[in-house]
Amino acid sequence: MTPRSDKGRKLLDWMVKAISVCAALLGLFFLGWILFVVIDRGIAAINWQFFTKLPMPPGMEGGGVANAILGTMIMTALATLLGVPAGLLAGVYLAEFGKHSRLGAWVRFTVNVLMGIPSIILGLFVYSILVYPFGTFSGWAGGVALSILMFPVVARTTEDMLSMVPNALREAALAIGNPRWMATLSIIFRAAKSGLITGVLLSVARVSGETAPLLFTALNSSYMMKSLNEPLANLTVTIYQYAMSPYDDWNQIAWGASLLIMTAVLLLNLAARFAVREKKI
Amino acid sequence: MEHSATGRQQSWKTSRSMDLLFRGVTAACAAFVLVIMAGIFVSLVWNSLPTIREFGFSFLFSKAWDPVSQKFGALSSIYGTLMSTAIAMLLAVPLSMVIALFLVELAPPKVSAVVGNAIELLAAVPSIIYGMWGLFVFAPFMADHVQPLLSEYLGWLPFFQGPEMGIGMLTAGIILALMILPFISTVMRDVFAMVPDVMKEAGYGMGATTFEVTKDVTIRYGIQGMIGACLLGLGRAIGETMAITFVIGNSSDIFISLFEAGNSIASRLANEFAEAAEPMYLSALMELGLVLFLMTLILQIITQFWLKRVKKKMGGDLL
Repeated sequence: MTPRSDKGRKLLDWMVKAISVCAALLGLFFLGWILFVVIDRGIAAINWQFFTKLPMPPGMEGGGVANAILGTMIMTALATLLGVPAGLLAGVYLAEFGKHSRLGAWVRFTVNVLMGIPSIILGLFVYSILVYPFGTFSGWAGGVALSILMFPVVARTTEDMLSMVPNALREAALAIGNPRWMATLSIIFRAAKSGLITGVLLSVARVSGETAPLLFTALNSSYMMKSLNEPLANLTVTIYQYAMSPYDDWNQIAWGASLLIMTAVLLLNLAARFAVREKKI
Repeated sequence: MEHSATGRQQSWKTSRSMDLLFRGVTAACAAFVLVIMAGIFVSLVWNSLPTIREFGFSFLFSKAWDPVSQKFGALSSIYGTLMSTAIAMLLAVPLSMVIALFLVELAPPKVSAVVGNAIELLAAVPSIIYGMWGLFVFAPFMADHVQPLLSEYLGWLPFFQGPEMGIGMLTAGIILALMILPFISTVMRDVFAMVPDVMKEAGYGMGATTFEVTKDVTIRYGIQGMIGACLLGLGRAIGETMAITFVIGNSSDIFISLFEAGNSIASRLANEFAEAAEPMYLSALMELGLVLFLMTLILQIITQFWLKRVKKKMGGDLL
């Protein structure tokens, strides 16, 4: 494949370099295109009513997504409350107790596999344990589905971050008489703090943009939340339903909601990056 | 609990049972992962029992999807899942390779950091936004500009014939490629960066060009890691739901042409689950979920074993 002559070799090299620059530009171009479209179309939908009003039927002026914003925040908070402590503790087991145990090996493997299972499958699972038996879609089910999504991500990053803490610190903490649990929670956690925060932020960012698992669990609703025992409005399923609808004003609101979600997710990602940077100094 | 006055030694904080409790709680949380995994499998099998009993293995090989006459088969969905993933991999793998090459070998460190971060941001954009953008912006662009060109120059191939509507298998594959591109390219970048400098410098010292060093040194050294990167991307692509649901067109037929509409397992689930009232319909969708679960499970198991091998060889963790 390689041409023999020097000229041919240089030309081929130059061509590959040109292609590689173009590919990088192509990636940037698509990122720019998507960001531009969402900002451009979304900004037109965002006004005071968008944040304060309930959804309106198509054709009626002045609908908003106040209930969906609230619902998404509540479900994300619920998922964080359930998923993060469980994930942290599982990560502690993997890093501190189960480094070489058989259970540790199985769990480590399963955590990695579970991270690769599509979120829509987790939605089906939660549907069959929390929606079908109780006969109604609910905010609880949505929060649980998202927390199952967060759990392996948090567990994995916690294990990675705790494993980076040098053993000397562990030994020093135990040597001054700390029990194991205090050494872990108050000393090793502190050493790994920024990494742990990054992991949590990234997992929150990941679930707050999720749609598929909510389709089968929280569904959507056009009313203000009364309790978590009924279908709960949320931004992503609202985007899905409004974008698929034939009404222009609903599409418009879907763009606004997309802008909102994208901004939140990207800010969380940036925050996570800054948390890491701080550590390096 | 402070019965004796020996101070901290006897406090509940330092008691042995507290440590055991802590260990037990963490182990329980860890074991919960296994419970979830088993729960997913059991619940999917349990809920798809009606169709498993009714259709057996023919479910996997039947094209039928007719909720009215209660005939269900997974073939068109499996085909759509595999086809859209194949298109995505065909586009994303070579692109990721050259992007990784750019980031590691060509760009000055500052440019590389900025471009690398920007590409990683592509991974952070939620799936549903790719879907919106795909449906309202990219699909019309495909219909107006890309598909006419393809059918003019490559129309003699059966893949590029048919209606130029924008939505369909090809558009779904391209958007999927865009979504997995950041995963594959960042892992490949890390693999490229793991190649020891002395090996590359030896190549340059012999008078090799950048391309030749990449081809004969970097790729040869990092091939296992690069395959690992592809496996990770493949795992992402196969279960991707929302973006595909918007643009694949949701038809239950199987067409050779990539311009035609199709469906994938995930898109069918997202689309039809809310309508499925009868037990058989629900069971058929659950069995589709089971098929997707088993596909990704096997793929993830292979990926994990492969990555373990790579780690042993290259001494570093991917992802």
